[in-house]
Amino acid sequence: MSENGFISARDVVFAYEPEEGQAPRNVLEGVSMEIRRGEFVALLGHNGSGKSTMAKMFNAMLLPTGGKVFVEGMDTVDESIVFEIRRRVGLVLQNPDNQLVASVVEEDVAFGPENLGVPPEEIRRRVDEALRAVGMYDFRLNAPYKLSGGQKQRIAIAGIIAMEPDCIVLDEPTAMLDPQGRTEVLETIHRLNREKGITIVLITHYMDEAVQAGRVIVMDGGRILLTGSPREVFSQVELLKQHQLDVPQATELTHRLRGMGFPMPCTLTAEECVEALAAYLPPVK
Amino acid sequence: MPSYEPDRLRPASYAGMTQKGQNAMAVIELKNLTYTYGEGTPFRRTAVDNVSLSIEKGELIGVIGHTGSGKSTLIQTLNGLLRPTSGQVLLNGKDIWAEPKKIRQVRFQVGMVFQYPEYQLFEETVIKDIAFGPGNMGLTPEETLERAKKAAAFVGLSEDFYEKSPFELSGGEKRRVAIAGVIAMDPDVLVLDEPTAGLDPRGRDVLLAQILSYHKVRGNTVLLVSHSMEDVARIADRILVMNSSHAAMFGPTREVFARGEELERMGLRVPQITKILASLRERGWPVGTALTLEEAVRELYPLLEKGGVRA
Amino acid sequence: MIRDIALGQYIPGDSVVHRMDPRVKIVLIFLFIVFLFVAQNFVSLLLLVVSVAVTMLFSGISLRHYLRSVKAILFIVLFTSVLNLFYGGGETLLKAGFMEIKSGGVSNAIFIAVRIVSLILLSAVLTFTTSPTSLTDAIERLMKPLKVFHVKVHEIAMMMTIALRFVPTLLEETDKIMSAQKARGADMESGGLVQRAKALLPILIPLFVSSFRRAYDLAMAMECRCYHGGEGRTKLKVLRAGKRDAFAAVLVVLVCAGVIVSNIFLPGALS
Repeated sequence: MSENGFISARDVVFAYEPEEGQAPRNVLEGVSMEIRRGEFVALLGHNGSGKSTMAKMFNAMLLPTGGKVFVEGMDTVDESIVFEIRRRVGLVLQNPDNQLVASVVEEDVAFGPENLGVPPEEIRRRVDEALRAVGMYDFRLNAPYKLSGGQKQRIAIAGIIAMEPDCIVLDEPTAMLDPQGRTEVLETIHRLNREKGITIVLITHYMDEAVQAGRVIVMDGGRILLTGSPREVFSQVELLKQHQLDVPQATELTHRLRGMGFPMPCTLTAEECVEALAAYLPPVK
Repeated sequence: MPSYEPDRLRPASYAGMTQKGQNAMAVIELKNLTYTYGEGTPFRRTAVDNVSLSIEKGELIGVIGHTGSGKSTLIQTLNGLLRPTSGQVLLNGKDIWAEPKKIRQVRFQVGMVFQYPEYQLFEETVIKDIAFGPGNMGLTPEETLERAKKAAAFVGLSEDFYEKSPFELSGGEKRRVAIAGVIAMDPDVLVLDEPTAGLDPRGRDVLLAQILSYHKVRGNTVLLVSHSMEDVARIADRILVMNSSHAAMFGPTREVFARGEELERMGLRVPQITKILASLRERGWPVGTALTLEEAVRELYPLLEKGGVRA
Repeated sequence: MIRDIALGQYIPGDSVVHRMDPRVKIVLIFLFIVFLFVAQNFVSLLLLVVSVAVTMLFSGISLRHYLRSVKAILFIVLFTSVLNLFYGGGETLLKAGFMEIKSGGVSNAIFIAVRIVSLILLSAVLTFTTSPTSLTDAIERLMKPLKVFHVKVHEIAMMMTIALRFVPTLLEETDKIMSAQKARGADMESGGLVQRAKALLPILIPLFVSSFRRAYDLAMAMECRCYHGGEGRTKLKVLRAGKRDAFAAVLVVLVCAGVIVSNIFLPGALS
């Protein structure tokens, strides 16, 4: 059993039911990873890299065809504890429009606890708290379709928080949002991670989002390509480029200059890059 | 151009009206364009307020602005999907609403690719779907098919795709089918509303390259609405910045992105690389505005050489 | 645009009517509507109109909203009223050629207009003051006895909740698809009936496809939030009929009794 991981995946293999006359194709080809309690992990990769499939393994929406996934030591194939697992590991999906059930914000947030059979007074407390946690309390009586994409996505997150999970997995939550919506959602999940200690697994293909994570796992072709701190991962500029993945422009600039013989460190943000350059440029007259 | 506050735009920004504009014909010209939603109701809201500008044939224009700035409304007036509350849209010098009954003709000349265009696919096969647009133009079936095939080639869809159902394709492929469906009408102006939204980096790069090569081969005018400043910086000739219903800036890409602070005040960013060089410039180093990585390296190299800290 | 169509929509508030138990609200409004058709003379009709007005007043919702919902059906009201003018006996008031308006026709026209308008206003009171979820919730509970006959009460209520939630989303989507197809030169305005019906395909098919995609997503999202049917489910809002509801019920019953009494003792106005 897992000692160090809150979520622990062991050699996970997965293939969807093949269509008639076609050979099954593995989407995951033996993936092992540990997610520790309280971590902020970014899972990076192209469409079809297996990252979304992996996300659905974490809360037993999909079950491995080979290997095992444990959530706090609970085997996800055990059908009798599936709701116990889904309560602990919430999944937020990409399209903010398609995951809200009710026509009033607070009633939507209540949906999860209602399913869990939480007593009404306790639901009320959780709904209010969850809406405050995502900064949407003032909108509790609004209709979701009148909100912006970023706001809807925060409601979806509140709906998960109301189940009091230990971990939230977000499957490309910002892919359909404008820059402002992206910022709102990112700030929200970082705050939840920091203040409530909720473990976050953020699946994305935006590099700037991955840079802010505690740890980055890069997947490609159903396998793990790289794993480590953002700095460790993004310093592998050549490897990432080979796999047609993005690198922040700051990282690429310092990498390029290093290749030309200038002793530049690996930088991840504009600010870092400016400081690194300032240290090497001749002093201003 | 009455809509501009004179001090906010340099003369160079009026490319459509200055030396070039005298002889070259503007393909699109907006004159005091205003669009108000819900006119005559308590919910009236002016989304585009007195915008005047002109776009040359063969230009690639980037359109930026945050959600609600009026950019989506603006582009929908270009092909007559929305009728201006006041002001005019001139296409090749003619008011598109001169004969309201012929507005469909305008839609063939100004092709519009909406956000997430893959959701408009409906035909049984890819090639039939691409042919829907040209089919509505009254062309012969042969011509229609010819155009559809050409458009499919532009977005990199091989013949193997023709007879497939559009619904069994991947997200990126569907998107390309939908874009081909608009290209197939062979419009003089192609408007793309966030064509790369939701795609992964690989899909995004491929699609942008295809749009760019289409633009170069066909030599027509392209308007690209995007939230990605990096993408816009890479390919646009000029940039239109929409802010609270006004055209806040309209000028060459480099000049617009040189005004990073103003853009930030409008809630917009500049490409990260542009920002890095701007910060260095602020701190006194003589570096210009860079839009791409290559430009940044070119700007920095001589300075770093002088620094003499090469390992 | 399509999305401007006013649907019976909830307007949050804190009025007496808002705070009533939705089950009681449904039953009482149903009773009210039945008695609109029971009323046979002007006195009882007036009694009902006054009661409707009082209910509207207590709902705390501005008259503007009510007027808008009446406006939507104004044409139907006028049409049926005018039609009714020509039916009914009594003395002739006006005669032009073969058209003849008799006093009975006038009464008929007034009755039908008042009945339809009141019916719309009453259902507006219900939908304006009751959130869709409490509405479906109330229906679920009112239908509970039907479980004996193996009616899937919870599932029906859940389907209603979801339908209500997605109506605006799908209307907006229809708008978008229409714009996109128009941009590809789709012609939806000209041609005969067959051609027009065919022109709808480019809109209906994408709408269908996207509805299925949404349904699939939603089903997954619901499962992720531990949905497993009505078994063992609790509710954020517990429905509890209180003094307020009892008081309202007594009032409505009194009004209904008034209608019956007036029907018995006063002559009918309808022919």
